[in-house]
Amino acid sequence: MATPQSTTDTGLAIAACALHGNRPTALLEVLHEIRARRGGIDESDLRAVAGALNLSRAEVYGVVSFYGDLRVPAGDPALEVRVCLAEACRSRGAAELAAELEQHGVVVAPVYCLGNCALAPAVVQDGVVHGRADAASVLARIAGVPA
Amino acid sequence: MTIRVFVPRDTAAVSVGADRVAAAISAEAERRGAAVEIVRNGSRGLLWLEPLVEVETTAGRVAYGPVVPRDVSSLFEAGWLEGGAHAMRLGPTEEIVWLREQTRLTFARLGLEDPLDLAAYERLGGLVALRCALDLDSRAIIAEIEASGLRGRGGAAFPAHIKWRTVAEQPAGQKYVCCNADEGDSGTFADRMLMEGDPFALLEGMVISGLATGADAGFIYIRSEYPAAIATMSEAVRRFTAAGWLGADVGGSGRRFSVEIRRGAGAYICGEESAMLESLEGKRGTVRAKPPIPAIAGLFGRPTLVHNVLSLGTVPWIIAHGGVAYAAHGSGRSRGTQAFQLGGNVRRGGLVELPFGASIDRLVNGFGGGTASGRPFRTAQLGGPLGAYVDAAMLGLPMDYEALAAAGAMLGHGGIVVFDDSVDMAKMAKFAFEFCAHESCGKCTPCRIGSVRGAETVGEIIAGRDVAANLALVEDLCEVMTDASLCAMGGLTPMPVRSAIRLFGEDFADRLHGETV
Repeated sequence: MATPQSTTDTGLAIAACALHGNRPTALLEVLHEIRARRGGIDESDLRAVAGALNLSRAEVYGVVSFYGDLRVPAGDPALEVRVCLAEACRSRGAAELAAELEQHGVVVAPVYCLGNCALAPAVVQDGVVHGRADAASVLARIAGVPA
Repeated sequence: MTIRVFVPRDTAAVSVGADRVAAAISAEAERRGAAVEIVRNGSRGLLWLEPLVEVETTAGRVAYGPVVPRDVSSLFEAGWLEGGAHAMRLGPTEEIVWLREQTRLTFARLGLEDPLDLAAYERLGGLVALRCALDLDSRAIIAEIEASGLRGRGGAAFPAHIKWRTVAEQPAGQKYVCCNADEGDSGTFADRMLMEGDPFALLEGMVISGLATGADAGFIYIRSEYPAAIATMSEAVRRFTAAGWLGADVGGSGRRFSVEIRRGAGAYICGEESAMLESLEGKRGTVRAKPPIPAIAGLFGRPTLVHNVLSLGTVPWIIAHGGVAYAAHGSGRSRGTQAFQLGGNVRRGGLVELPFGASIDRLVNGFGGGTASGRPFRTAQLGGPLGAYVDAAMLGLPMDYEALAAAGAMLGHGGIVVFDDSVDMAKMAKFAFEFCAHESCGKCTPCRIGSVRGAETVGEIIAGRDVAANLALVEDLCEVMTDASLCAMGGLTPMPVRSAIRLFGEDFADRLHGETV
């Protein structure tokens, strides 16, 4: 969800729109771009994007709130460890893995399928997919110790 | 002489350490002064053996796996560059039974070379079909697709040629080809493997479909959970364009076709074709009512050919070898091959391309080798999270669209997820509803509200409260969702739920009072 606080820096949003020719059809790409650069989308971004793409703020907000990738606030620690909780990973104990990690104080965000179903359970840490994951290997990577 | 060593770059291989293995091989070769060229190929699909490393010897490619960095030194010691014996030696790759028994058509080139090496692509049969298609008229191309019997591989299995013909027959003007690469079904990864392992095949198929239908612009909608596929496809588009196979003058023919890669943003529903079109237009991914069908009014209201990755990726094989050759494989009305994907609790998981008609047993126990845990098999879910569970008594069923449908199951996108006897089917039924609630676009009431009520009600059953009455309520909800949902998300969520209750009623029995269902 867009975070309530606003910044006055709308340069990034304006530039992202311009990069895509200010086409409203490129809204998702524009929002991806802002998120990738700043980690989140805030109120001033919504208004800047709406202005540049000739959309209403509600239309932009509607898209941000619809998509799982876009509604996560900036700097959310839940982005650090994502555990796949879809069926294939569940068959290899993904739900138990997520619970075990939470017991160790790790903030776990669910993801539904990473396409690594033959090497379940799968997790994402710092954007990298790891197969046949267990709590020990996830915790070792968090601690910076190579598995 | 420099010896080529192949270390897959596929996400699955990298997820179990392929990058570290490649680095270790490179370092060890340098230390020993061995002339080694590391090729980052696609995966062969034997995912349980990843990282599977191949050495190109004078006698052909020899496989070793699964390789971990600390074994690399001993592999050199064993003379692996000449195919030397080692505990990890799997023999000549092509002789590995698991691979040899497959019929690789769509995936004929999988894992053979660097997927972005266009010269290698051509050497391995790429572009034959496109060159051929440039000399054919629209009618002749569509006739080959019709002869092949190709049906949409996304799961709906709609005859491809009917869509192609419908788009082709629309009045001239802007038309589109949209490739649905939003492969969100758990247990499926064939689209990802084709995009990461043979991206030019998908592009070639798209260009051919554009020539046949009169579309001159294509989009590939790839889910954001597949960053490697997005990167590989984007680079493939650049290289295909630079070589003149995309752009204003395809292969010097004067015909135009361009392809743009678009990223999803974490919404399962965008795998539904009309939600995908909304998303491609930059909107919320809500489902559209049909009619009109996309072939008449699709992207931006224009005639649009929407296909799954595997459907389009199979087109080059069909055009190069002829529709009749493709249709020679398969069973009943399911012609050709299907890339089955073995995942979950299975010993030998990976990609198995076989003609339609192979039994579930051959896949789960033959190729799969049973459960990974070693515990008894209990169930498999076919066709993703909206597909049915089957029990051991159903393992003899052939993987064929009609045969599975007659047995109350579905083939879907070809995924098979195996579970052992520790699975609690009531929890899986509850999860099916929860997943639907999480991913519903919210447009239609049966899906939006039915999924939430379904999860609550199965929760009551698990807690042992009013079990018989709640089971009746679940059945009632399933009926409403099946009959009244706008798309397959709500319409098929009852499939795993009902099959779980039908086949594994004991898991839904009254746990507090010991009553049976």
